[in-house]
Amino acid sequence: MLGFVLLLFFLAIALGAPYIAPPKSARDPYMMPIVTWSANPLPPSPEHPFGVAGKRDIFYGVIWGTRTAFRIGIVVTVASTLIGLAVGSVAGYFGKLVDEILMRITDIFMAIPFLVAAMVLTTILGAGLDKVIIALIVFSWMYSARLVRGNILQVKEEQFVMAAKALGVNDFMIILRHVLPNSIFPVLIQASMRMGSLVITAAALSFLGIGAPQGYADWGALLNYARNWMLGGQGEALRYWYMTVFPGLAMVLFVLAWNLVGDALRDIFDPRLRM
Amino acid sequence: MIFYVLRRLLFLPIALFGVSLLIFAMIGLLSPYQRLATFINSPERLKSENVDKLISQYGLDDPIFVQYLRWLKNVFQGNLGWSYVGKGPVFEVILERFPYTLELTIFSVIPIIFLGVSLGVISALHHNKLLDHVLRIFAVVGWSFPDFVFGLIILMVFYSTLGLFPPGNLSVWAETIVKSQAFRHITGMLTFDSLLNGRLDIFWDALRHLLGPVLTLTYVEFAFILRITRSSMLEVLQKDYVRTARAKGLEEKVVINKHARRNALIPVATVSGQTVVGLLAGTVIVETIFNRTGLGSFMALAAQQLDYASIMGGTLFFGFILILGNLCVDLSYAFIDPRVRLE
Repeated sequence: MLGFVLLLFFLAIALGAPYIAPPKSARDPYMMPIVTWSANPLPPSPEHPFGVAGKRDIFYGVIWGTRTAFRIGIVVTVASTLIGLAVGSVAGYFGKLVDEILMRITDIFMAIPFLVAAMVLTTILGAGLDKVIIALIVFSWMYSARLVRGNILQVKEEQFVMAAKALGVNDFMIILRHVLPNSIFPVLIQASMRMGSLVITAAALSFLGIGAPQGYADWGALLNYARNWMLGGQGEALRYWYMTVFPGLAMVLFVLAWNLVGDALRDIFDPRLRM
Repeated sequence: MIFYVLRRLLFLPIALFGVSLLIFAMIGLLSPYQRLATFINSPERLKSENVDKLISQYGLDDPIFVQYLRWLKNVFQGNLGWSYVGKGPVFEVILERFPYTLELTIFSVIPIIFLGVSLGVISALHHNKLLDHVLRIFAVVGWSFPDFVFGLIILMVFYSTLGLFPPGNLSVWAETIVKSQAFRHITGMLTFDSLLNGRLDIFWDALRHLLGPVLTLTYVEFAFILRITRSSMLEVLQKDYVRTARAKGLEEKVVINKHARRNALIPVATVSGQTVVGLLAGTVIVETIFNRTGLGSFMALAAQQLDYASIMGGTLFFGFILILGNLCVDLSYAFIDPRVRLE
């Protein structure tokens, strides 16, 4: 329940971004406007409710960053799930050599740690948000491919698939009409659970400074501004708490929302695990 | 069992070959000019020589499979190019830094598994009571915390305010001693080396510097183990042999510890193995935040500075470790649970 409420809250923020934090100029609204010329962070004030970091308004960044998070999460999840569905269903349905080859390829893509792989491909393609999205898609389809394949191996033995085969329905139609609809729910649950980790990884890339460009409204990029100020000794860092807390809170709640929604979906579709 | 092991070992070279192809394919996306950078170990050479001549000298305009074979030969000889970030040959830099990452992994995995398993069992025993709900919320929040957010908060609260959990690998005084001739490097891991050298003060200092990253990784990672332990324990508690044990009047403590928990831990064992392997690679962020030397921070730095030789070498090494690690996990799983071997 809480998950759905949180998600609706974020959705409202993303949709209402132009009204909550109106862009100052007609230029790209995703670029956080520069509000001060001093490099020092400024604490929250009526004018900048979340403070100022890296010369930019944190409130503006958090609000528009919600859109960035949704965009990355949804685009990558949908694309990687579709690729995974295609690969997994072909492998699972045809079996034998096709299955062996496709699954070994899947293994190879999984052999490089996700964050490292995404990092490498992003740097090779040249930094930028679209490159991050491509890199994340290339290295995240395997999880749904494996899941789909496993489910299809089970469904394939069912009598309605045998019946369709006996009636002479072609392979493509059998996969699309009979096999996939019966194995789609676990894939959807997994996709919503993966949304959180994808958004974390994308933000991690921006945090490391190889994702979103300088000044782009992205939670990871905002936290990147905070990094150096957190190393100050003797209570120094606590003076700059707002730099970490506001973008950090947005991230945690966003990921939490997706994880809770994934949990809830799983409980609905697969009550055995709830117990 | 023998056949299972052989089959898995047979796949090892295929997997390694596949990973090398994948990495080379990514290199192929770079232009010859960018790839040339991996061969050059001083910027002066680029000034004095003709770049296009250098490209043909290193064969960067050859057909792609010729380049692949040449690259593979270099990899086998341990020649991964010159690391701009590490200021040395990539392979040496990696070997020097890997122990630090391994050390962090070893120290993190102990609390992760201990907390995950013990809290998971407690959660299952208090099924749907208040304690169960509290633990589950605690876990799902940890699971949702990005490591860089939690790491920054740890730094802000513990280091900056309380003076605990300092960043870095060692204090300055300890670093001077470690770098001196008298200090023998055996494992490359600071805590073990200091013990072997009989320097308790350095051991304590190294341990102090490990606490922050370990705490971060623990809170972010233990939730997964907790979840698996909990559901596995709940399943086992409904089994007939647990009911039998209770029926014959055994003490509840014995039933839980001897009959239920042991069986519940089988799936936890695999997941723990995966966690170790995942941690080895997941230190990129934590090492960067806490300013630690290690393979993870090396990769992050190389990516920021577009040091392609280091990036590729590091990725290859990570792939290698991950494949070997997963193989060990699978084999040990077949050892723990004989049913796996029959597949």
